Amino acid sequence: MRWIGINSRRYGFEIVTESASQNASVVAETLRSWNPQAVAEVIEYHGETTIVVPRELLRAAAERCRSHAKLQFNLLTDATCVDRFPVEPRFELNYHLVSIPRRDRVRLRVRLSGHDPVVDSLFPVWPGANWLEREVFDLFGIRFHGHPDLRRILLPEDWEGHPLRRDYPVEGFRDVPNTGEMFRKSSVL
Amino acid sequence: MTTVETATGATKTMVLNMGPQHPSTHGVLRILLELDGETVVKAVPDLGYLHTGIEKSCEDKTYSQAITLTDRMDYLNPLGNNLVYCMAVEKLLGLEVPKRAQYIRVMMVELQRISSHLVWLGTHAIDLGAMSVFLYCFREREEILKIFELFAGQRMMTSYIRIGGVALQPPAGWRQMVERFLKMMPSRVDDYENLLTENRIWIGRTKGVGYISPEDAIALSMTGPTLRAAGVVYDNRKVFPYSSYEEFNFNVPTRTESDCYARYLVRVAEMRESLKIVRQAMAKITDDGPIKTEAPGIIPPQREKMKTEMEALIYHFKIFTEGFSPPPGEAFVAIESPRGELGCFIASDGSPKPLRVHFRSPSYINLQALPKLIEGQLIADVIACIGTIDIVLGEVDR
Repeated sequence: MRWIGINSRRYGFEIVTESASQNASVVAETLRSWNPQAVAEVIEYHGETTIVVPRELLRAAAERCRSHAKLQFNLLTDATCVDRFPVEPRFELNYHLVSIPRRDRVRLRVRLSGHDPVVDSLFPVWPGANWLEREVFDLFGIRFHGHPDLRRILLPEDWEGHPLRRDYPVEGFRDVPNTGEMFRKSSVL
Repeated sequence: MTTVETATGATKTMVLNMGPQHPSTHGVLRILLELDGETVVKAVPDLGYLHTGIEKSCEDKTYSQAITLTDRMDYLNPLGNNLVYCMAVEKLLGLEVPKRAQYIRVMMVELQRISSHLVWLGTHAIDLGAMSVFLYCFREREEILKIFELFAGQRMMTSYIRIGGVALQPPAGWRQMVERFLKMMPSRVDDYENLLTENRIWIGRTKGVGYISPEDAIALSMTGPTLRAAGVVYDNRKVFPYSSYEEFNFNVPTRTESDCYARYLVRVAEMRESLKIVRQAMAKITDDGPIKTEAPGIIPPQREKMKTEMEALIYHFKIFTEGFSPPPGEAFVAIESPRGELGCFIASDGSPKPLRVHFRSPSYINLQALPKLIEGQLIADVIACIGTIDIVLGEVDR
């Protein structure tokens, strides 16, 4: 599939996206047949499938993905978060799943608002989610319900704030000498 | 301070703090060990001593500036880090890399895999008391670093792989140098095996130590040689081929014992397979041809063009001041690093700086299986188990 977007005019060459994987719809179809509400949105981009799942159904949908004979996503390879501040819901939590027997990848996504960033932990489904979710908790401040050991992992335990949020300055918060005020250096290039 | 809950509740256990300055933790890993005599009852790793916020720093750099940061994460595999980052950006942009550049990338990354395994073997052996292997391994690693120096002008933090290709044309005399290395290396790997494979002390320290079942390994998201030593064939080079790996003929070594000894055998066999790949890649790299894709506005123009063409000069200026803006979207790319699945997730919002860069670092995720490996084992085996996971703390903490 060749897709010519606005950027091609800007750069003067074609942007080639990979064709969508053949198995892309299998995950969405299987989840829909289990619960029609489980799939809020399916995003196909650069040959990667993203399934947006409502927050309440995340753990059940993940369990489906792991144990269903047609899916068999047995390896949770990565969990990470994107902060789209100031857009609401600002957090996008992404779980990257791999099926070793089926040689397939999929991404489960949950959108979370900044006022109530709580979601069910996937530790009961994949124990490997333990440190992945601790990292997201540490750096983004998202709380995982049902996580057995939700502590900071990379930063010291008395650290204030969650540095990977977009409203946290890259240089960190610093004291302005002799004023007691905080200042934030411009992040404009 | 992290505290350890007493698992047994009895008074006879003691808590021992291992690290962060312990030499055999390969960096600054701290583990709190609860001991009953010499047996480990509970282990709690404590990380973050080397946390440098690389992911946050990437958000404040343009796409091409961030390449130099990726070198510094896994400092035994800088080219692999470059590769995964560049491939993720290329995926966002939809760039095709010329075949010749892909083969050069494969050759460099495989040489890097050998050098990383050499450091692993040397340090793992010195932890377990075999001093001479360490010296031999570092002697051969030096030869690989000389090749990198020839290609990129740098021994370790090369930043040689760039968006759209590689930085420089292969220099004069590179074939002879790589050929010399390929001639020498197989007999050197034999030497290590002679020193270790049937060594009684080595077998005694590693065989049956640090067992993990394949089910547990998958559940704990382990990847790389540790997973393959448990009998699970999962290698990104074969399962999800990237950078033309599907054109190369090589095997994925696996074992089923899933102990430290099996992981040692897997890694040594991987070195031999990597030599095969390097030899094939060398044959595929033609003497001249493009090393970068043609994409004005993204790939810096050639020097001669810049001096003669106005557009090239403008593009050059724009790339190095403003940068380039990939279309909004996300891309996740995973490669097989010497330690396992190294992934890079980039989210773009259409601006010249990434919205989010995340690295799925195999050391970090493999390390969470450490308590599973050492609980119930003797305290002397803790060192063997840390070594066998092959962690690089720069990558664990990022």
